[in-house]
Amino acid sequence: MNLAGHKKSFHKKGFNQRTKAVILSVILAILMLVIYAFGFLISEKAVGTDVLNAKRPPSWAHPFGTDNLGRDLLMRTLKGLSVSMTVGFVASCISAVIAVLIGIAAAMGSKLMDGIINWVIDLMMGIPHTVFIILISFSLGRGLKGLLVGIAATHWTSLARLIRGEVLQLRGQHYIAVSRRLGKSSGWILGHHLLPHLAPQFMVGLILMFPHAILHEASISFLGYGLPPEQPAIGIILAESMRYLSSGMWWMAVFPGLLLVLIVLLIDRLGENLRTVIDPYSAQE
Amino acid sequence: MTVVSEIAKIMKQAFIHMIRMISLLFAVSVISFALVSASPVDPVQQYIMGIGAVSEEQRSEIEAYWGVDKPSVERYFNWLSALLHGDFGTSLLYRRPVIEIISERFKNSLALMMCAWVFSGIIGFSLGCIMGMNRDKWQDKIISKLCYLLSSVPTFWLGLVFLMVFAVMLGWFPVGFSTPIGMRSSEVTIWQRLYHLVLPSFTLSLMSFSSIALHTRQKMIDVMNSEYILFARARGEGRWVLFWRHGFRNTVLPAVTLQFASFAELFGGSVLAENVFSYPGLGSAVSAAGLNSDVPLLLGITLFSTLFVCVGNMIANLLYGMIDPKIREVGR
Repeated sequence: MNLAGHKKSFHKKGFNQRTKAVILSVILAILMLVIYAFGFLISEKAVGTDVLNAKRPPSWAHPFGTDNLGRDLLMRTLKGLSVSMTVGFVASCISAVIAVLIGIAAAMGSKLMDGIINWVIDLMMGIPHTVFIILISFSLGRGLKGLLVGIAATHWTSLARLIRGEVLQLRGQHYIAVSRRLGKSSGWILGHHLLPHLAPQFMVGLILMFPHAILHEASISFLGYGLPPEQPAIGIILAESMRYLSSGMWWMAVFPGLLLVLIVLLIDRLGENLRTVIDPYSAQE
Repeated sequence: MTVVSEIAKIMKQAFIHMIRMISLLFAVSVISFALVSASPVDPVQQYIMGIGAVSEEQRSEIEAYWGVDKPSVERYFNWLSALLHGDFGTSLLYRRPVIEIISERFKNSLALMMCAWVFSGIIGFSLGCIMGMNRDKWQDKIISKLCYLLSSVPTFWLGLVFLMVFAVMLGWFPVGFSTPIGMRSSEVTIWQRLYHLVLPSFTLSLMSFSSIALHTRQKMIDVMNSEYILFARARGEGRWVLFWRHGFRNTVLPAVTLQFASFAELFGGSVLAENVFSYPGLGSAVSAAGLNSDVPLLLGITLFSTLFVCVGNMIANLLYGMIDPKIREVGR
């Protein structure tokens, strides 16, 4: 590409790719925070039962309609989303940390260690995730803890493989070898050379894991594991809606699901934009 | 290289994969047993709740029969040896041998999963080819947007919406189950079964086709950028000839391999799809088993689903080794 053409497109767009990504990320992040805070701040009264207004289709007073107990579905859905986002965020953070630790251990350790870790990853990929989360949830007596541990325990494998590959590649670099010759310890090399290099991978992996974790949370709650039924979680609302499908209460299933899809798309977008900002490889595109 | 040594090598590979599979299954049995043993749910209490009131003596008899008082390592080996003799125990929920339930329900699940698998494979591969052959044109842009969108949509919700629109509102398809209600299983025709399969399998196939489509797109783009395509173009081959002689042949086997490697997601998705459509398969059985603390059934299905996934992965690995000459060279 010649310089003139590049300049022209730069002027036409106003901002370059990276600035645009930064602005978009900030907007998306603020939007997410607002939704999250809103869901968090909704009082118990707003999602309380109101039998007189039960099973109302969407109206101005209740944009999403009301459920079988007269609870406002918009409020319930927003509250459920903030719960889902918390669970998804915590679970993906735990999972990403596990992935980095295991990925580094596999690449830096002995050949035996690498073999064992690869076998464990194969093992984790051998059990269908849904079944494994059900088992973990059963083992921890259902509830929030089982859900968190289950999602955290099943999502680290692909990021761990990625980090392992990255560390293996880094280990062969000349500057690492020089550092070693200069007498630096493994811990020093890890802290000064490897971890800074892995930080973008970690961040991007974490953000891309986040929507998956939220979707898993919703589906496991839908199956009846995870949060107790009185909690306003998306999965629970959708599970309840199944009982009223044949009586024509379509709004109970459609709107909460749509909002969930919207949030997942938002997070996905945020992740893609942050990747453009953070990832050194795509920064020049 | 002779045919005999080729076959011998494949046999050797299969043997190695077999050993790996057995070790994985063994590990899964240990992990799942440990997880179930750690559960705060008391299986004896659950069992008693199912059969009604019992005296203290009967209760301790049941406990002794089940060996609840023994250490968990001993219980594990008792369970394992029973397992190796083909005895998976009795389901608390259905009051029948677990092995019977699994084999009966697996037939239903297999029909569902295979329909979805074939469907998502064909649709995904075709869409991937269209995208790859028309890179950066409008077809590519629309379909890849659709694929990204689908990966953000929870499948069970999509199933709910389909159920609502096509079964409740339009009445085109049945609301659930694998056979018409109130009919004996011997009277149900294959067409009725297929009719009940349409919605669940379509929902399930939507879950996995985007990954195969995007993968095929990338592969097709790689092939189309290669030098032999440049040469073929220079010889004057048209688009269809290019696709048929080079594009299709180089992308179809990786796609099939990927499909075999996706058995875990397929099974995971079937748990959700079967729950939405009240389909009597393994997936709805495993979630019911967990909710009702039916330990033998839960353990049995966990092991069985792992076996299912491992077989898929093994086929994928073998296919991969057979079709990719680069990997074959390394193995020699």
